[in-house]
Amino acid sequence: MNNLSNLTLVETVEGIKSKKFSPSEVLSSYEERIKRSKKLNCFISETLDQAKKEIKKINIGQNNLALLGAPIAVKDLFCTSNVKTTASSKILENFVPTYESTVTQKLWDQGAILIGKLNCDEFAMGSSNETSYFGNVINPYKDGKETLVPGGSSGGCASAVSANLTVATVGTDTGGSIRQPAAFTGIVGLKPTYGRCSRWGIVAFASSLDQAGPMTKDIKDSALLLEVIAGFDSKDSTSINTNSSFFFKNLSKQIKGLNVGIPKEYRVDNMPKEIDDLWSEGIKILENCGAKIHSISLPHTKYALPTYYIIAPAEASSNLARYDGVRYGHRESGRDLIEMYENTRSRGFGDEVKRRILIGTYVLSSGYYDAYYLKAQKVRNLIKKDFDDSFKKVDVILTPSTPSAAFKFGEKKDDPISMYLNDIFTVTANLAGLPALSLPIKHNSKNLPLSLQLIGRPFDEQTILNVGYAIEQEVKFKRSISDWWM
Amino acid sequence: MNKDFNYFLQGEKEKWEVIIGLEVHAQILSNAKLFSSSSTKFGAEPNCQVSLIDAAMPGMLPVINKFCIEQAIKTGLGLNAKINSFSVFDRKNYFYADLPQGYQISQYKFPIVGEGEVLLDMSYGTKKIGIERLHLEQDAGKSLHDQDPTKSFIDLNRSGVALMEIVSKPDLRSPEEVGEYIKKIRSIMRYLETCDGNMEEGSLRADVNISVRKVGDKSFGTRCEIKNVNSIKFMQQAIEFEAKRQIDLLEQGKSIDQETRLYDTKKNETRSMRSKEDAHDYRYFPDPDLLPLELENSFIQKIKNELPELPDQKKDRFINEYRLSNYEAAVLIADKETADFFEKVAKNSDVKLATTWIMGDFFASLNKLQKSISNSPITVENLASLLNLIKTNIISGRIAKEVFEMMLLDKRDPKIIVEEKGLIQQTDVKEIEKIIDKVLMDNQDKVTEYKSGKVKLFGFFVGSVIKESKGKANPGVVNDLLKKKLS
Repeated sequence: MNNLSNLTLVETVEGIKSKKFSPSEVLSSYEERIKRSKKLNCFISETLDQAKKEIKKINIGQNNLALLGAPIAVKDLFCTSNVKTTASSKILENFVPTYESTVTQKLWDQGAILIGKLNCDEFAMGSSNETSYFGNVINPYKDGKETLVPGGSSGGCASAVSANLTVATVGTDTGGSIRQPAAFTGIVGLKPTYGRCSRWGIVAFASSLDQAGPMTKDIKDSALLLEVIAGFDSKDSTSINTNSSFFFKNLSKQIKGLNVGIPKEYRVDNMPKEIDDLWSEGIKILENCGAKIHSISLPHTKYALPTYYIIAPAEASSNLARYDGVRYGHRESGRDLIEMYENTRSRGFGDEVKRRILIGTYVLSSGYYDAYYLKAQKVRNLIKKDFDDSFKKVDVILTPSTPSAAFKFGEKKDDPISMYLNDIFTVTANLAGLPALSLPIKHNSKNLPLSLQLIGRPFDEQTILNVGYAIEQEVKFKRSISDWWM
Repeated sequence: MNKDFNYFLQGEKEKWEVIIGLEVHAQILSNAKLFSSSSTKFGAEPNCQVSLIDAAMPGMLPVINKFCIEQAIKTGLGLNAKINSFSVFDRKNYFYADLPQGYQISQYKFPIVGEGEVLLDMSYGTKKIGIERLHLEQDAGKSLHDQDPTKSFIDLNRSGVALMEIVSKPDLRSPEEVGEYIKKIRSIMRYLETCDGNMEEGSLRADVNISVRKVGDKSFGTRCEIKNVNSIKFMQQAIEFEAKRQIDLLEQGKSIDQETRLYDTKKNETRSMRSKEDAHDYRYFPDPDLLPLELENSFIQKIKNELPELPDQKKDRFINEYRLSNYEAAVLIADKETADFFEKVAKNSDVKLATTWIMGDFFASLNKLQKSISNSPITVENLASLLNLIKTNIISGRIAKEVFEMMLLDKRDPKIIVEEKGLIQQTDVKEIEKIIDKVLMDNQDKVTEYKSGKVKLFGFFVGSVIKESKGKANPGVVNDLLKKKLS
């Protein structure tokens, strides 16, 4: 067996273009691993047979294609033409779109090949991938003998990249759904600026927060993939028309003189010492690279989580109203229309989704709207203003990605509050619409990856990628996975 | 004119005044829907004009149709209303089988058009009706419950079609005013080509808010809303029924429940649909898929500059330019096609004749034939030609009426009809003298009576001469000659 699946996206495409190996060889390397990795439960659908046909059509001479021959599985939240798209929900169990999301279309336009759809939390609601109708995804990292969650909601994406089941992937991030699982599995996850990538064709969770982004083995891959999927889309009214950026070409580890902010409010109560130490190490590395460190204040940080858990469920309660059993998806029968709705939606949605629909419906209700939704919108503006003020002084903000390393199954399942606390460092970037990157730094004493987060100015993904690149060169992180499940 | 307003309803005990406000839903004339590119054409096979967006497929996003925005602004300007440079699209959340998204995109707190007013020409003078707002919203689909004994069917062709909701202030006081208000709004929108106003096809429908109060009272009573009435006649009947129902309740010492009611056209009554307690909580909130709509002043100004002449302006011009009475002008401008028709006929013939003929025989015949002006058998050219024949004394008014009837049948040029049938007016003095001599000869007794002072008989002689000439003798010439002969 070859080990082409160890290569990064950039190495894979370069290898194909320089004819070191063929796209088919790459594909079969992944196929082999996917077949032997069912235990991880990363895939909801595999499209390897279709991929084998597609790969034959590839013309190696097409040097201009950025992802030529790259086998890529994507989160099952992206609608893919003629390929089942479930959002990990029973209610869309057998839904096959006739259309392709803008972001995935951009992948195929650049020569990538779809190999499957990846498991995630149901409708992207969760931080451990435990809410999926299709079962838990397992983290390739293990705590001794115990298996761990991969994080969520893009848990299948994170495990698949970490375990070399896809060369790279695209996930979506509403409150940390790319960055937190990336941190739990030792890979790089980037949530771009809101409006950078089109949301057209992505099953919506919370429209004002959702953003697609790359999940990759390293920073270079992240830059390359972002370059492919970014861009204005007239079909998405919230997509923003900016000049196209060459993130990959412009990648540079030269960060001398850059101003880095350390927000004091992120030093939360009960933060494990290993996370605190990790943060200090990150600061030291950046100082060594010539960056200037500044203590900054983001005073409204403590309100971010409650704000997020009002706005996101409110939007979700409305976005998920279309899953009513009338036109597509799962339908249960009922004596009348109302009973049909009740049966369909109570059996079609899982508990966490129902919880959030209820919260969202409540906060938008007459009499509660001002106290919850409207107030949350005001706080959201204050949070955004905190960042605007800070970015007058600093170019990038450094924080931990998560308050802990990956945890065990069931550990937080019955305690939504402690589950929601997982998002504490990540939600602010969604609320403020800012780009943020999570990158692995080291392994802890249990050999679990720990990651830091970089938050940048709107549409300045380049800077966080550059800083991430500089750190990556210093820490030389290597995933340490034993393939124990094979 | 100068009559007094008199729509007060006499109850058992008191005299009551009716307070009415309307929410008019007008479908925007546009080829594409408000947030998708599918067609809006009426009468297509069910579910043939449904895009992925209209069916609310997963991941689909709305994109505003700029043309619909322009149409709403135009209409706002036509209603003399303030155009808001900042407006917001909200989601109105409720479940129904023909509402694919589970919410309707509408405008709640920040509508695109603010306060305005329209003027109504009533027999008791001009009445000003305030406009509260105009906002944009999507239409829902249609549920068909009569296709199968156990199943309902859904047609999504209408789903996503752009509507303007025009909300009046509670300024209307009678069914008649409601009728005039609807006609006026419809006329303005037709002038602007922003809504075809076709009530049968549902392009124009209204919710009617009604309350009553004792004459002289200043505060409003509790109102009921009658949903979705789709003809002026039904609106008026519903108001009359509902006002009486409320008066009866109040005079019995009961109170009115604020509720939504349905008008049953067959039974001519309103029925409770849902009470205030059952009212939906629509959970309005700004649609996060759409950014607030910000209009540049230059954009609004450009639309303003390109506005056509509106009904009120046209009326003023007709009064000044053609010396029409207020009533004549009001009738002729109500419909833009009529106004254009009139103006062309008047310019090519005679204003007075055009006014009389169009408002008289022409309207009557269209009514009889159930035709509209656009498919009238009588063209501008032919009517002008007929009026010119009268104006130049080639035919008399009486002959003209006969020719007009023939024109309705064979749509021909009146000149040809007149020539063919030999209907040209007799103006030859010698010929007419011959007829006069014959009439005087046949009625010598009457001539004697006339000469002995019974001058009233002059009319009889004129009539007899014209009759003898089969209507062709010019009445003026007959008059002059008879006077000479009988003196």
